[in-house]
Amino acid sequence: MAAMTQSAKPKRSFGEWLRSRDGQKVLVMIAFMIIPLLLLFVFTYLPFAEMFGFSFYNMKYNGKRTFVGLTNYIKVFQRDDCFGALKLSLYYMGGSIVQLVLALYLATVLSFKVKGGSIFKGFMFFPYLINGIAIGFIFKFFYTRGFVFDTVLQWCGFQLDNLPYWLRDQKINNISLVGTSVWRYFGQNMVLFIGAIMSVDAELYEAAMLDGANRFQQFKYIIMPSIKTIITLNVILSITGSLSAFEPPYVITSGANGTGTYFVVMHEIAHTQQKVGLASAMAIVLLAIIFVATILQKLFFKYVFKSADDENLNATARRDKKLAKYVARKNNKLAGKAVR
Amino acid sequence: MTTVQKIAKYVIIVLKYVSLVFFSFVAVLPIVSVLITAFKTETEYQQTNVMTLPENWLNFSNFIDAFQRANMGRAFINSTIILICTLVASVLIGTQLAYVLNRFKFPGNGLIRSLFLFASLLPGVAMQIPVYEIMYKLHFINFLPGYIIVMCGTDVISIYIYIQFFENIDFSLDESAIMDGASYFRIFYRILLPLLKPAIVTSCILKGVGTYNEYYMASLYLQDKKKLATVATSLYTFVGPLGSKYNLICAGVIISLLPALIVFITCQKQIYSGLTAGAVKG
Repeated sequence: MAAMTQSAKPKRSFGEWLRSRDGQKVLVMIAFMIIPLLLLFVFTYLPFAEMFGFSFYNMKYNGKRTFVGLTNYIKVFQRDDCFGALKLSLYYMGGSIVQLVLALYLATVLSFKVKGGSIFKGFMFFPYLINGIAIGFIFKFFYTRGFVFDTVLQWCGFQLDNLPYWLRDQKINNISLVGTSVWRYFGQNMVLFIGAIMSVDAELYEAAMLDGANRFQQFKYIIMPSIKTIITLNVILSITGSLSAFEPPYVITSGANGTGTYFVVMHEIAHTQQKVGLASAMAIVLLAIIFVATILQKLFFKYVFKSADDENLNATARRDKKLAKYVARKNNKLAGKAVR
Repeated sequence: MTTVQKIAKYVIIVLKYVSLVFFSFVAVLPIVSVLITAFKTETEYQQTNVMTLPENWLNFSNFIDAFQRANMGRAFINSTIILICTLVASVLIGTQLAYVLNRFKFPGNGLIRSLFLFASLLPGVAMQIPVYEIMYKLHFINFLPGYIIVMCGTDVISIYIYIQFFENIDFSLDESAIMDGASYFRIFYRILLPLLKPAIVTSCILKGVGTYNEYYMASLYLQDKKKLATVATSLYTFVGPLGSKYNLICAGVIISLLPALIVFITCQKQIYSGLTAGAVKG
C-alpha cells in the first residue's frame, strides 16, 4: 500500500515524506536504535579497537605513550606470571566438568516427582544470587584454619593436624577455589537443565514408562538427545569460562600463593601497576585463544553429534514406533470407553 | 515385581533423597555458618567453635554495628538509585531495540543482531581495561550518572527475551492499529509495551540481581567509598584492620544478602524461567 501511494505521488517535499508511513518508519527506527547503538559503540566496539591499539604501546592511563611494536606480545609469552597462569585454567575446567555432571544428575532427579523438590531446588540455586564480595568473605571464613570446613571434617572423623591450610597450601588451594565456583554455579546449571528437560514432551516419558524402560534408559534415550544442545552450549561456555576464570581468586585470595589466574594477573597489571599496554596485549592474546577454542569446539561437537546421530537413527525410529503404538493404544482405550 | 527389584527400587529412592539432602546441605552450609556467627557476641565468637549455635538468637548488635561502620544506609540509597535508573533505562532501550529488530525488515537488521551477540562474548574483565580509559576521558569516574550509563550498556540477554516475546505477539495487532491510523510510537507505547509486561518483569529481575550484585565495575568506577559505595562495595570496609572480626563481617554479609533473598523467595518462578529463556537464545 505504501508503495502505491508513493508511485501515485512521485514528487513530495521532505516534510511530506516525513509525515508519510515510510518517513514515520525511518524516524521510529532512528529514534529507537540510536541510544542502544551508541552505547554499544562507545562501551564495546570503540574500547575493543582501542585495546588493540594500546597493545602496541608502552603506556599508562594518562601520560606519555611510546610505540613499542610487538614487545608487549613477546612479553606475554615470556613472562612466567602471564602465559603460565593459563595452566590454572585446567583446575577450572576440571571443576566445570564436575559441575556439569552434578547439575545434570540433580536436574534429572528433580524433574521427576520428588517430595520437597522445589525446596531442594531453591537451596541449591540460591548461592548463584550472592554478590561476589560476600562470596569472598563467606569463603575466607569457611576455609580459615579450624573454622567451618575444618569443623565439619572433624565431625566426619578427620584430625585437624592432618588437614591442610585450604587457601595457603599450594597443593590444594586452587582446588579449594574451584570448589567455591562449583558451589556457586551448580544450582544455576541445574535450573537450566531442568528447564530443558521440562520442555520435552511428557508423552514420551509415559510411552517409555509403559514400555518398561527404566530410569537410566529414559535418561539415555529421551532426556539426553533432547537436551544435548543446551549441554553443548554449557560445555563450550565452561571451557571459555575456565580460560577467563577471575572471580574466585580475585575475591578470596587476591591471587596470592599461586592462585593468580590469567585474568587476575591481567587485572593487577592493568589497574595496580598501570601497564596498560601489556595488559591489553594479554587481553588480546586470550581473546584470540577463546575465539579459536570456541570454533574448534563447535566443529568438534558438530562432528561428534553427526556420527552419533547416524548411529541413533535406528534408535530414533524405534522410539517413534513405540510412541505411535502408545498413542494407538490410548486411542483404543478411549474408543473402548466410548463404546461402553 | 520380584523382591530383588523391589529392594533395588527402594535403594534407588533412598539414594536419591540422600544425594538431594547432601547437596542441599553443601549449598546451605557456608551461608548458615555465616548466619550463626553473625549473632555471636565478641567473647562468644572468640571462645566457641564457629559451628556452635549462638546463645542469643536476638543479639542484633553486630548487624547494627556493621550497618553503621560500612555506612550501609548510604550504600542502600546508592544501590536503589542505580537500580531504578538502570532498570527503567534498560527496559526502554531494550524493548525499543527489540521492537525495531523484530517488526521492521531493513538492511543491517541481521548485522545489528550479530553485533550485539558478539559483544556478549567479550569477557567483561578484559574489556574494562580500555573502558576505564574511556570513562576517564569522559570524566565518568566517581560520577553516579556515568556509572548508570555504563551499566545500561549492552544487555543482550534481555534484548533476546524481548525479541522472543515479540515473535509471539501477532503482527495483525500492529496492522489493525496502522489501519486505524495510529503512529508507530503510539502502537509501541500504547499497544505493545503493555503486552510485554511478563517479559519486562523477567528481564528486570535478572538485570536487577546482576546490577545489585555488580562489584567489579562498581569498585573501578565508584572509587569514592564514603559517598558512592554500593551495597556490594560497602563490604570492602571490612578488608584490612577489621579483617578478622568475623562476627561483624558475617553480619554485614547477611545484610547484603537480604534483598537478594527476598527477591528470590517472592519471584522464584520468574527467575527460573528468565534464566532458561535467556540461556537458550543467548
